Order: sequence, then structure tokens, then C-alpha cells
Amino acid sequence: MEKPLTQHMRGDGAPLSLKEYERAGGYQALRKALKEMEPKAVTALVKESNLRGRGGAGFLTGMKWSFVPMNAPKPKYLICNADEMEPGTFKDRILLEQTPHQLIEGMILSAYAIQADQSYVFLRWAYKLAAKVITQAIEEAYAAGYLGKNILGSGFDLDMHLHTGVGRYMCGEETALLNSLEGKRATPRAKPPFPQISGLFGKPTIVNNVETLCCIPHIVNRGADWFKNLSPGADAGTKIYGVSGKVKKPGAWELPMTVTMRELIEDYGGGMQDGLKFRGALPGGASTDFLVEEHLDIRMDYTGVSAAGSRLGTGTMIILDDHTSVVGFVRNLEHFFAQESCGFCTPCREGLPWIEKVLRTIEIGEGKPEDIKTLEFHTKYLGPGNTFCALAPGAMEPLQSALKYFRKDFEELIRHKISA
Amino acid sequence: MLTVEEKIEIDKAIHEVPVKKAACIEALKVVQQKRRWVSDESIKDIAAYMDMSPEELDSVATFYNLIFRRPVGRHIILICDSISCYVMGQEKLTDLITKQLGIRYGQTTLDGRYTFLPNPCLGTCDHAPALMIDNDLYRDVTAEQLEEILGKYA
Repeated sequence: MEKPLTQHMRGDGAPLSLKEYERAGGYQALRKALKEMEPKAVTALVKESNLRGRGGAGFLTGMKWSFVPMNAPKPKYLICNADEMEPGTFKDRILLEQTPHQLIEGMILSAYAIQADQSYVFLRWAYKLAAKVITQAIEEAYAAGYLGKNILGSGFDLDMHLHTGVGRYMCGEETALLNSLEGKRATPRAKPPFPQISGLFGKPTIVNNVETLCCIPHIVNRGADWFKNLSPGADAGTKIYGVSGKVKKPGAWELPMTVTMRELIEDYGGGMQDGLKFRGALPGGASTDFLVEEHLDIRMDYTGVSAAGSRLGTGTMIILDDHTSVVGFVRNLEHFFAQESCGFCTPCREGLPWIEKVLRTIEIGEGKPEDIKTLEFHTKYLGPGNTFCALAPGAMEPLQSALKYFRKDFEELIRHKISA
Repeated sequence: MLTVEEKIEIDKAIHEVPVKKAACIEALKVVQQKRRWVSDESIKDIAAYMDMSPEELDSVATFYNLIFRRPVGRHIILICDSISCYVMGQEKLTDLITKQLGIRYGQTTLDGRYTFLPNPCLGTCDHAPALMIDNDLYRDVTAEQLEEILGKYA
């Protein structure tokens, strides 16, 4: 089983130094691309590899790049979205802290493909160790001639900057991230124009997730077919999966995208803690629909999880056990979304706090039978097409699926007027 | 009044961006790092320096939860209150901190030592529950460890 993204990690949590990374074949892909490949060929290769964005939306990376006008004047921007803030998600942290040069090489290659001359790592505030590691790695890359003017004598120039945020989940939405980098409130922008045409400071811009960018050097080195064959199923490449909640061994693992939910929980997560039963899981972060026991044998790829009625999202699963209150669990999620709403559009700003309030009422045993209808009403009117960005529709995914699979939990608290 | 030192650091940030205003979040960070929080007076001073109105700058400052617009203590406790930590017992830890320090979310101890705040997912969900004090991350935090952790900061 190949694990291109994590196989060279030291195992002690410390970052791979530039020398160690080079010894493991690091920056060979960059040498190859700059010497032998036209920028367009890199985009074509990534397109052919079938790599889909690992940040949560799963859009085809090569396709995204292909919308950047190649003849546009500079500056053009390549941005790494390292604002990992989806609750339950901790996969990018590992890559940032332990293989910084893999990310930097991926960013240089991606910037070369779209002919960007400026790049940013947008890192969330809480990742203090990653900030230190990335800062040092960028310095090393400049000193080694991988960044700056005339990289490896190719005539290609690229600068790289680290930007650390000051909070807010919204910064992970790509157009809100751009506003934040411009020193504004992180509210989403209307699309079109898409960032590929008019992004940061109105210039062509690509925003890619950390894990997505880390795949690029391997695709350039080993080719599109090799990448596709890493997972024998419908999707290409490996994925870093995670399991958190009350399993015996929570953690994250790089695996082919054919692994099932059951394997993740039992073989990798060590199974449920003693005395606890599995009731459900959010397969890819807080903004994905619950899956339940009947779904345990689905493949954790984009197609499999979608077919089961949820989304692969970030691939980091949160487990709901039978000793945790369903209503409390969902209330915690909706509290998060209500708090993190940017307040820019009405359904999200007004609807999410209302939902949180209703859930809180049910949780403390003061719910009324009609509350369930109120919640259902919201899942419809805060769903796709009614709001400016994906925050509110994402917030509705765990709620609507909780009402579908765990309706009795809500009803019983209301009927018996008991607190969770 | 911004200090010379603050101005030098803000200038550095301005130098990095094509539009001056784009450095305003960095400017807020610089002032907060020196003074722990951003007062109304600081908002006016920074805004003037960045060629912005105080209102515009404040709309940015108040958007971001880690820019503090009220005085805070010498140390900030940020407890992760998102889903994985919730499942692993965060609410009990929150109650214990409140009990031990006598402060709820948003409050500062009378001696100015700690400010206690909830924070969305700290991204260390396989080691929940987690909290941060200043730049230090604590993972797999148990009730028994709390007293020792809270005793570390003066």
C-alpha cells in the first residue's frame, strides 16, 4: 500500500528538513517540470490524474486551474488554504507540521502551472507549530534557489508569503479568504467573477487546500496513471482519513480511497470504547450528513459517500456513540455554525441562532412538539440556493440527517420533558 | 499614539501588500501584540495611519474573534468547544475552569491573570479535549491535569 504523502514522515512529529526531503526525492518533480514541461502540460497532467480538491468540496483540481487565463499580465496568485477549521478536521495540521517542503514544492509546481508569481500560505492562527515550521521551510527554499527569481535557472519567478489569520471559520471559504487577505471582513464574494479570473486584488488567483497541493509533486514525478491506480475505485490518489470521538485509538491515516467506514472505525480507530455502541458518524467534518450503521460498509470515496446521502468532505470522521446525546451533539454543531456565520446574508444570520435556540430548548426538556417542524422548515430554507455561500447549507446537513435517523431522540425529550 | 516600534512593524506589513489597507489586519495584530488588546483610541490611531476611517477599521477588528476589543488578562485560555471535544467531555472541563478561576467565558480574573474564552475547533480532534493557553497547546486534557496546567502561568 503506497502512502506518498506521509511515507517519509520522521515518525517523531518533527518536520522533515530540506536535506531529508531532498534525500527522499524531494524537489525532483520541480526540476523535472521546470526543465521538461510547459506550464500547460502540468495542468493537463493534473487534470488527467483526476485529483479532486481535498478541502471539502471535491472539485477537480486540474479543471480549476484550467480557467486561469494564461496570457493575463502579472501578478497572478496561488494561495494555499491552510485555514483548517472544519470541526473534527485535523489532517492538514499533520502535513503542515511534518512535511513543509512537500507543500512548498506542490505550491511552486501549481504556481508554475498557472504562471503565478506570488503565493501565500493562509494559515489559521491556532497552528503555532506549523507557523514556525513553514516560516523556516520557506526561508530554506529561498536559500536553496527553489523560490525567488529565476528558480533553478528556468526563468520562472515565485515569491511565497505566510499569512496567519486572526480567527473565523469563514476564512476557509475561498472568496472570503481573499477578502481577509485584502484586510477586509471575511465575507464571501459573488461568483462570477470566479477567483481564477478576478481573485486577490482583482487578479487571477487559485486557492487550493494543503492536502491537494501536497499531491502535486507525486503526480508530476510518477504520472497520472500511477496516481489513479493508488485507489482501485472511482477516485484517484490516497486520502488522509481521520477518526475522532469515543473510539479506542482516534487518529489519522493515509489510505487508498477504497477503505470502508467500518475498516476506519474498527481496524484503524481500534473500535468503539468498551461499553459504547456506534450510532452514527459525520463522515467528513461538521458540515456533512450523518451516516449510520447501515452505511458502515460503504467506500469512503466521493462517489460512495455521496450515494449514501452524505459527503466525503474533509474525510475526517466524527463518531456519535450511544452515551452521547444526539440533541446535544447537533446543538453543539449548530452553535458553531450560528457563531461563525458572517452575518452577510439573512437566512444564515437569523436562521442559525434560531435553530440553536430551539435545539437548546429541546435539550433542557422544554421543547414543544412543533419545534421539530421549525427545525425541518429551516433545513429547507437554509438549504442550497437560499444563501450566499455554503455555510448554512453545510450546517443543515447534520441537522436534516439527525432528524431523519434519530428523530425519536428529539421526540422523546419533547414528549417526556426531560433534559438530555 | 502608535509607538515608533509599532510604526516600523506596521510599515513592514504595508510594504508587503499592493494596497495599503490590505495590511490593516497585520496592523491590528502588531498593536495587540504590544498592548494585549485594541482600545478605541488604538483603533483611531491605526485607522489614521492606514488612511481608513475608524469605523471601517473597527468593522474589520470586530469581525475577527482573536482581535480583542476589550481588555484581557495576561494569559488567554482558549478551550475548544467544537464537536470532537464536546463528545470527549469539554463541557465538564469548562465548568471546572469556571469553578477553579471564578470566571465564565469572556471574563478576566480579578488579578488580571487569565481571560477565559471558547474557541472553535483547534484541529487536534484525535487528542480531544484540547485547550490553548497563549501559544501552548494542551491535548487529551483531564480534570486532574487542570490545576497543574493553570498553575503554570503567572
